[in-house]
Amino acid sequence: MTENAIAWIFIFPLFGSVACAILGLWKRSWCYPISVFCMIGSTWAGIETLMQAMDSSAGEVSYILGGWVLDLYPRGVGIEFRADLLGALIVLVVLGVGLIVTIYSKLPVQEETPNKEAIFYPLFLLQITGLAGISLTGDAFNLYVLIEVAALTGYGLIAIGSNRAAAAAFNYVILGTIGASLYLLGVGYLYIKTGTLNMVGICEVIEANGLQDSATMQVAFALVGLGILIKMAFFPFHAWLPNSYCHAPTTTSSLLAPLVTKVMIYVMIRMVLTVFGVDFSFESTLWTQVLPWLVVIAIVSAAVMALAQREIKRMLAYLIVAEVGYMVGGVWIYNYYGLIGSIFHVISDACMTLCLFLGAGLILRKAKTTHFDGLRGLFSKMPFTMFGFFVGGFSIIGLPPTCGFFSKWYLITGGMVAQRWEYMVVLMFSTMVMVVLFFRLIERIHLAVSESGENLGHGHGDLGLTKEQTKFDEGPWSMVLPLAVAACIVLVIGIYNQDVVNQIERFLEPFNLPKGTGRP
Amino acid sequence: MKKIALIPVVAIGLLLLYAAQDFPEWGDPASPASSSPVSSHFISKTGVDTEVPNMVTAVLADYRGFDTMFETVVVFIAGLAVLAILKNSRRGRGTRKDHEVDAEPDLIVTNTVRLIVPVIQIFAFYVLAHGHVSPGGGFQGGVAMGASFILIALAWDLDVALVRFPLSRCVVVAGLGIVIYGGIGLISMFFGGEFLDYAELEKVLPVSREMARYYAMLGVEVGVGFTVTAIMFALYANLSTEGRLKGGL
Amino acid sequence: MFEEGAIFNELLLERLNYFIYVILLLIGLYAMISKNNLIKKLIGMSIFQTAIILFFVSLGVKEGATVPIYKAEHDPHGHAVSHDANDTEVDAGVVHSPQALKQGQVAQYANPLPHVLMLTAIVVGVATLGLALALTQRIFQGYGTVEEDELLVKLEREDARKSVSPLKAKVSTPKKTKTTKAKGSASHKKSVKPNPKASKTTSKRTSSPKKKS
Repeated sequence: MTENAIAWIFIFPLFGSVACAILGLWKRSWCYPISVFCMIGSTWAGIETLMQAMDSSAGEVSYILGGWVLDLYPRGVGIEFRADLLGALIVLVVLGVGLIVTIYSKLPVQEETPNKEAIFYPLFLLQITGLAGISLTGDAFNLYVLIEVAALTGYGLIAIGSNRAAAAAFNYVILGTIGASLYLLGVGYLYIKTGTLNMVGICEVIEANGLQDSATMQVAFALVGLGILIKMAFFPFHAWLPNSYCHAPTTTSSLLAPLVTKVMIYVMIRMVLTVFGVDFSFESTLWTQVLPWLVVIAIVSAAVMALAQREIKRMLAYLIVAEVGYMVGGVWIYNYYGLIGSIFHVISDACMTLCLFLGAGLILRKAKTTHFDGLRGLFSKMPFTMFGFFVGGFSIIGLPPTCGFFSKWYLITGGMVAQRWEYMVVLMFSTMVMVVLFFRLIERIHLAVSESGENLGHGHGDLGLTKEQTKFDEGPWSMVLPLAVAACIVLVIGIYNQDVVNQIERFLEPFNLPKGTGRP
Repeated sequence: MKKIALIPVVAIGLLLLYAAQDFPEWGDPASPASSSPVSSHFISKTGVDTEVPNMVTAVLADYRGFDTMFETVVVFIAGLAVLAILKNSRRGRGTRKDHEVDAEPDLIVTNTVRLIVPVIQIFAFYVLAHGHVSPGGGFQGGVAMGASFILIALAWDLDVALVRFPLSRCVVVAGLGIVIYGGIGLISMFFGGEFLDYAELEKVLPVSREMARYYAMLGVEVGVGFTVTAIMFALYANLSTEGRLKGGL
Repeated sequence: MFEEGAIFNELLLERLNYFIYVILLLIGLYAMISKNNLIKKLIGMSIFQTAIILFFVSLGVKEGATVPIYKAEHDPHGHAVSHDANDTEVDAGVVHSPQALKQGQVAQYANPLPHVLMLTAIVVGVATLGLALALTQRIFQGYGTVEEDELLVKLEREDARKSVSPLKAKVSTPKKTKTTKAKGSASHKKSVKPNPKASKTTSKRTSSPKKKS
């Protein structure tokens, strides 16, 4: 059982989704327990895989589907699942977030998409299958198929809500297809020159035949990179993200927002480190010079647009675009600490975005609005929700002991050591903007001033609300408990950050990234 | 706007053509893709490993069977997502009634279809089963089978086809297809191999390791065929009636 | 201009297939980005994906090679027999068990891997197209148009209507409905205006607005 743990990661949600689809036709209420059971099983398998990866000498678990073992058959004949430390950490994050959102989803799914549970839960579980598979696969074409699995389920999960969501999903379809197809074209260019699709195999052939200078490799890198940048909503390709995540049902945005863009950043790190190799990606292409400046533009634009929003979910969507900018910048400043920061930020950003979106869902449910003006008095009305939401918020700002502080620390260290002052300055600037964003929210909730500046209360803590409106009326426990767990995870990852960073450092050892200035 | 859109399009085109000079010549047998150890293994050893004459089916269903499983899952997702999007969607201001004509099914068409549909279905089974020795397989056979139901819906009414293949049964059959595919993989795993290592099925079936792969490939293709049939028809039923399952083409 | 080694020769004669697929790809990409009608965008998406499939399939071509299905003499089940001039069966020493092919024989068959990959890509393309068409139908049901510019106008109006602050739920609709169709907005203004002032001074029931989110 345990030697196949890496296979159980996707077997549980796959069979669970089919079970939900078939049994849900009969009795809709069975979908929720089946989903929770499958996610628990899958999370156990993810923890087991991480343990195996940490215990193994090479720091990875290699599993070839179909039994085409490497000593008998050439590499690339079968499809390989490689769970090295990076992949195992990311897949555990995906499964953990999936489990929390599954538990959370009981009431929102019933209320926002009634009678459609038998369609929602299969798509939900298949989305998690796709994202977990992306984190584990070691085959470039298999990655394309899994990206499409994650994308198609995403389109369905977004458009299941309302007509407005369907219009937003159409835009996402067009942009997502361009991104995935450009990635596929890039894989085709790699194949035409190397003849294999296995990620490690491609790297071996590039080094053996000295293909670093060929025009095809440069263009393949550009195509793969462009495709992934579109799918991760890097500015200016981010146009699909705010509308899609804002109008999607609560459960969908709670699942997609923390995971989809972060898994795409993992894909970029995987392409850069494992497929193309450190030498080619950082030294033979121009990306190291150009991309940090694009990152600066991206972060500034996203932060400014987030400031202009008056509604929580849209503000959070623009914050996601800014966070994507952080992580892309962390990779392309070509520095050991920057890459540690980027990988750790993937993990911590998933958890803190989860807190924020779960909180936003609870606020929407109770206050019937996520507009800033509808939030007064929520600190006394829903204290646990607000605690969870603001743990996520402070983590985005970067206050210790939340995990966001430590990941920003490594990113800023990387920027400083690599002497990329533009990246450092933009990190500081956006941190200030995020402080403004979240403390403005606190002001709206706790003080009696509305968006248009009117004073609604009678001074000295009076919010202008009746006693009935401010009494304790927390959300249902099936929704508040997952939020509390997510907030605790944010704090725990922060406090025990050194353990996580040790594993990341162990993963990055063989790549020999510069620890000093990376500029030639 | 259209002029501005030309700029990124032309830029991508120039980028792609810049790399095209570096490619091997079209049809060059010594190109890296054609002479790599992976494709040489596929061509030379497929008979030894799996005893299947059609290399493409062997690679699709056995060597890269995991990809095919997720391809089947993609088809399943498409069907579910179309159901998700169009089920119970209210007809808003976009109501049109001009194409909903109440016409009698035509005598010649219905009688021709009555004769042809069984032949199509048998041909679909043939394409599926014969995929091991000629071009064919689960996807191709499944599409032909789904097309036979669509033909019934076109010749008569969608209701006539839905009586034979209601949407709930579509979902069950599609799910069953994935269960068959994944189930064969799971059974292989329980007998000690990796997921989808069909050779381990020799412990259950009274055949050699290679023939176990042969028969498991057939089973897997049947699963694929189930899913594709059901989803092709479900897609047609939903898209032609905008989810209401009444009227239609 | 068309000599060996010149750019035209390299691009247009020896590597004609790549040139053609790039043109197709650009047509599809241009349609996806710039066409106004949603259905035309989807047709462009289909052309775009077809161009990529064409590229991959052309990678597997080998000059003088046949389809990647074993010929009779290499059949793993070893049932091949050859016929001599009088059409009688001669056992040409065919080995009746599967054997691995040698290097020279490998070149007789086209590369099967691109075909397999493109089977998957075609199916994924069909699934995406089906889903996008369903989305187009839903958009048409909801907004009555599949032209992108009209759709954007309607979406902006709807977003502006729905993102009104809950404090101003009743008051600001007159301001915003100037741009929407005049569906009795005149009567709306008159009947709505007295209410918010009354509600603001008396009960301040703003934490449960009438579903304006």
